[in-house]
Amino acid sequence: MTLTPDDVARLARLARIDLTVEELTKLAPQLDVIIASNRLVSEVATADVTPTSHPLPLTNVFRSDEVVASLPVADALAMAPAAEEDRFRVPRILEEEQ
Amino acid sequence: MSADILRATAAELSSELAAGNVSSVEVVTAHLDQITRIDEDVHAFLSLDAGRALDRARHIDAARAAGEALGPLAGVPLALKDVFAYRGLPTTCGSRTLENWVPPYDATVTRRLADAGLIILGKTNMDEFAMGSSTENSAFGPTHNPWDLDRIPGGSGGGSAAAVASFMAPLAMGTDTGGSIRQPAAVTGTVGVKPTYGGVSRFGLVALASSLDQGGPCARTVLDAALLHEAVAGHDPRDSTSIPAPVPPVVAAARSGDVSGMRIGVVSELGGEGYQDGVEVRFNEALVLLQKAGAELVEVSCPHFAYALAAYYLILPAECSSNLARFDAMRYGLRIGDDGTHSAEEVMSASRGAGFGEEVKRRIIIGTYALSSGYYDAYYGSAQKVRTLIRQDFERAFAEADVLVSPTTPTTAFRIGERIDDPMAMYKNDLCTIPSNLAGNASGSFPCGLAPEDGLPVGLQVMAPAMADDRVYRVGAALERELSAIWGGTVIDQLADSTAGDYLGVSREGVL
Repeated sequence: MTLTPDDVARLARLARIDLTVEELTKLAPQLDVIIASNRLVSEVATADVTPTSHPLPLTNVFRSDEVVASLPVADALAMAPAAEEDRFRVPRILEEEQ
Repeated sequence: MSADILRATAAELSSELAAGNVSSVEVVTAHLDQITRIDEDVHAFLSLDAGRALDRARHIDAARAAGEALGPLAGVPLALKDVFAYRGLPTTCGSRTLENWVPPYDATVTRRLADAGLIILGKTNMDEFAMGSSTENSAFGPTHNPWDLDRIPGGSGGGSAAAVASFMAPLAMGTDTGGSIRQPAAVTGTVGVKPTYGGVSRFGLVALASSLDQGGPCARTVLDAALLHEAVAGHDPRDSTSIPAPVPPVVAAARSGDVSGMRIGVVSELGGEGYQDGVEVRFNEALVLLQKAGAELVEVSCPHFAYALAAYYLILPAECSSNLARFDAMRYGLRIGDDGTHSAEEVMSASRGAGFGEEVKRRIIIGTYALSSGYYDAYYGSAQKVRTLIRQDFERAFAEADVLVSPTTPTTAFRIGERIDDPMAMYKNDLCTIPSNLAGNASGSFPCGLAPEDGLPVGLQVMAPAMADDRVYRVGAALERELSAIWGGTVIDQLADSTAGDYLGVSREGVL
């Protein structure tokens, strides 16, 4: 199976990254090689092996529910691309026709 | 005087500061001057914090004069990888996306450094979001290897390793997701340790792959690395994966270096084809020295390590594609195309397209592929199973040996530009270091000489079971002691006193 520039464009859309035609052409064969060599994992990943998602045996960690000061609004907004009325200002989230 | 300060280890500076033979202001000034003098050539730093560093140094000097109790590293300068949040200075992660981002909080590591009285000189260069093995993926230009400025200093933490190797700082903090502390240490002739996963808090460390990332020390000596390790490690309630147990006795182990009776397992899969001759020569010599120091060598097999690279380049992209979703151009970071006509989603895609470099895009797309419906089981699911098999390999090996060793990297430092268009060749740099990230155990790299064919540093990797970080330091210290007895100094001393190291201006011969 070969990864085409069209496949990469679809994945990039899912990942919300605009790619140029040049990038798609360059990335497709590179990603194809990487993914093909990663397929090696299926050789030993048999049904009887349990997957590991994390190196430590983790248990839920709880803390007592105490009220503490939160980040001041000015600090939280200091690096915002745009702010308005103590909030993050973002581009419209709906399409015109909606 | 200045060269003596720069050549001193952190432990030596600590004694001199405590004895009042030198002030922290003098030490910090000497290092800032060194940065001004040579960083144009090395490019280890992305930002400097001279004013605040000198203020803190004055504060430490005053506290000492007033008889206040200070920690062992109080007044000693340090370089911080640009992935740790530090208020008042940009945290860019080597990315255009975060070019001017100044964090509104401090990482736990940063806070602990300040509490220990360490003085942060500035932030060091790195591959973008820690993705890379050469620091060539930094949006702000590569860092150069102090041994040969045409070569890579390793990565992602090439800036931290280069700063330490070129005497711009005695200590630096790095992070290691697949070898980003150990591989730069190996190719720059310095010491770098990845603590046990969960040993050092990840709070305020910009995440690459959350189940693999671990902060740790970079230094020129084993004891210095241990002192820094002790200063930053320990349980942090703000990191739910932080281990609630005492820090292993790393400083005592580094001071002892006693390996008598220790079983050192040589991993048979990490060597042979693909490994540079000079790397194997120095590695094998080091084994003989460890044996001479009283250790027992055993050969161990970890058959699934052959699958580690493939599993890693599925798990890491999967986790990073999810972690980097936070860079959505909405609350911070680069935003472009917000002209009132484009939707949030269009602005998001345009900003990420412009703000991320090539390697970041590659990995996010691989991760998106590996996690997508229909491929998840074959790729991500299988990779997680390989992770189990690697963990089991370690468990079996640690039943036969107290620590495992291998070369840290298959080759010495390569030339800048040599592997940048061949991702697979680049990924193979991390062949030996990745298994410890997948299994979460402690692991460090220690200099073991210069490869005869190119005169460049070679690193020996020591891997120990989780929470047995002290064993890593014990073996590192034994090796350092044996090698120093032969050479009359460390590997990095050889650079400082050589013609190639003239530009560093720290030669003892010049001083004496």
